[in-house]
Amino acid sequence: MKNKKNGQKSSGQILEKVFIYVVLLLLAISVLVPVAWVFVASIKQNSEFYGSPWTIPMGIYWQNFVDAWQSANMGEYMLNSVIVTALALVLLVVIALPASYVLARFKFKIRGILNLLFMAGLFINVNYIVVPIFLMLNNGDALLRKTMGEPFFLNNLFILALVYAATALPFTIYLLTGYFKSLAKDFEEAAYVDGAGFFYTMVKIMIPMAKPSVITVILFNFLSFWNEYIISMTLLTKPELKTLPVGLMNLMAAQKSAVQYGQLYAGLVIVMLPTLILYMCVQKKLTQGMTLGGLKG
Amino acid sequence: MKNSKRKTGFIAACVTPAVVLFILFMIVPTIDVFRMSMYKWGGYTADKTFVGLDNFKKLFQSDKFYQAFQNNILLIVVVTIITFSLAIIFAAILSREKIKGQNFFRIVFYIPNILSVVVISAIFSAIYDPNQGLLNTFLALFKGGTLENPILWLGGKDIVIYSIAIAMIWQAIGYYMVMYMASMANIPESLYESAALEGAGRLKQFFSITLPLIWTNIRTTLTFFIISTINMSFLMVKAMTNGGPNGASNVFLSYMYQEAYTNSSYGYGMSIGVMVFLFSFALAAILNAVTKREEIEF
Repeated sequence: MKNKKNGQKSSGQILEKVFIYVVLLLLAISVLVPVAWVFVASIKQNSEFYGSPWTIPMGIYWQNFVDAWQSANMGEYMLNSVIVTALALVLLVVIALPASYVLARFKFKIRGILNLLFMAGLFINVNYIVVPIFLMLNNGDALLRKTMGEPFFLNNLFILALVYAATALPFTIYLLTGYFKSLAKDFEEAAYVDGAGFFYTMVKIMIPMAKPSVITVILFNFLSFWNEYIISMTLLTKPELKTLPVGLMNLMAAQKSAVQYGQLYAGLVIVMLPTLILYMCVQKKLTQGMTLGGLKG
Repeated sequence: MKNSKRKTGFIAACVTPAVVLFILFMIVPTIDVFRMSMYKWGGYTADKTFVGLDNFKKLFQSDKFYQAFQNNILLIVVVTIITFSLAIIFAAILSREKIKGQNFFRIVFYIPNILSVVVISAIFSAIYDPNQGLLNTFLALFKGGTLENPILWLGGKDIVIYSIAIAMIWQAIGYYMVMYMASMANIPESLYESAALEGAGRLKQFFSITLPLIWTNIRTTLTFFIISTINMSFLMVKAMTNGGPNGASNVFLSYMYQEAYTNSSYGYGMSIGVMVFLFSFALAAILNAVTKREEIEF
C-alpha cells in the first residue's frame, strides 16, 4: 500500500500478510501436487502401486512409456490428435478470417442477420448437439453405402476436424470481428487508391495486421481441439482412429480390470506434456489474450 | 457498376464457407434436437413415429430425469458460488497486495485450465481411489495410519456429486482468477489512493471500488460460466463416473447421451436436449435480470 511508505508495519498487518501467503501457497500446492504426482507415478513399477501412493519411486521405470506408446497405442493416437488438431486449426483460420474481415468492415444487406446468427451460436454448446451431428453423418453414410458402396463421413479425421472448425466459428468470428472493427478505415482507402483489389487488400494489408488476434485464436483453439473427447469419441468409432484423450479413457477403463497403473500414468503424461510445454512457452500470451476475448464457450 | 458487382462477389466468397459450415454443423443440428424430440425413434432404423409431446410426458414422470436435473442444479449453484467468490477474492489479493512471486501464483493457478478433462478426471480418480487414493491415505494419517471403512468418494451416492464439484472448482478457478486480475488491473490506482486518504480500509475499498467497477465483467462471465458448467459437468461425469453409481451422478447431458446411445431412444434423448436448451436460456435470462445494476464507468 502506498500510504505505508515508512515501512513500519503493525503486527496485525504482518499476520494478515502471513495468512494471505499461507492461503495462496495451499492453493498452489493443491494444483501442483496432483499434477506432479502423476509425473512421479509414471516412472513407478506396477508393484509399487500396492503400497502407499506417497512413496518415492525406487527407480526410473521408462518401460511404462514404451508400453503406453506401443502396446496401448498412444503413439498412434498422438498422430491422430496431431492430424486432427492441425487440420482443424488450418480450416478454422482460413474460413474464419475472411468472414470476420468482411463482417466487420463491409456494409451489405444480410450483414446484420449474419452477425446475429453467429452471436446466437456463442450460446450453442457443441455437446448439446453432438447426437444430431452424429445422426446426420450416419445418415449420409447410409446413403453413400447404397449409392457408392463406401461410407465416408463417420470415422474420418478430416470430417472431425471440419466439425471442430465449424463449432469454433462463433467464438473465433466474435473475437476477430472485434479486432477488425477497431482498425482505421484509412488502410483500405489508401490501398484502393493505389489500385489494389479487394482480395489483395485483405490478404496483403488487413490480415497481417490481425496477427496477434490470430495467434490468440490458435492458442485457445489448440487447447480445446487437443483436449476434446466427446465429439471425437462419437464420430470416430474405429479403434485405430482414436485421438489421445479418447485413448486415455480406454486406458482408464482398462486399468479398472487389469492392473496397469504405470501405463495409465505414462499415458497421462503423454497427453499433458504438449499442452504444458506450450503453456510454459506462451503463458504470457495466453493470459493476455483473455482480456481480448473476455470469455470462453 | 462493375465495381459493385465485384464487391458483392468478394463478400459472398468470403462469407459463404463460414455460413455454410455454421448452418450445417450448428443450426441444422440445433433444429434437429427440437424436431426429433417429438418422434419416437431408435436412430438406426427408418421408421420414425410422430408422438407429439409424449417424450416430454415420459420425461416429467421419470425419476432419473429429476435426479439429473437436481444434480445439475446443485453443481451449478455450488460450483458457481465457490469458484466465483474464491476467484474474485484471490484476484483482488493478487492485484492489490504486494505479493512476492505474484507471477508464479498466476502461472500455477492457470494450469488446470489447460489440461484435458480426461486428464483431470484421471487425476481425480487417483485422488479419490478408496484404497490407494491420495485423499484417503492422507486422511488416514490423522486416524492413526489405518484405512478402515475408506470413504468411497466416487462410489457413495450421496457424496459423489460433491466430489465432482471439487474437481470442477479445481479446474475453473484459475481461469476466472486470471481474467478478473486482468480487469482489476484497469482500475486506476488514484481511486484507491483517494479512498485510502479518506480512511477507507481495504475491505471497504474492495466492496466500494473493486467490485462495482468489475461488475459488468462479472455479469457477462457469470452467464457464460453457467452455460459452460452444464457442459463441463457432463464432461467430468462422463469421464469420471459415467453417471454411476447407479445414475446417482448423472447430469442433464450425460443422461441424454446415455439415453441416446446406450438405450438407443434418440427421440426421448432429444427431449432432454430440448430441456437443456430451454433451461440454459431461461437461466441466462434470469441471471441477466437479477444481476442488472447501473453501469459504472471509471
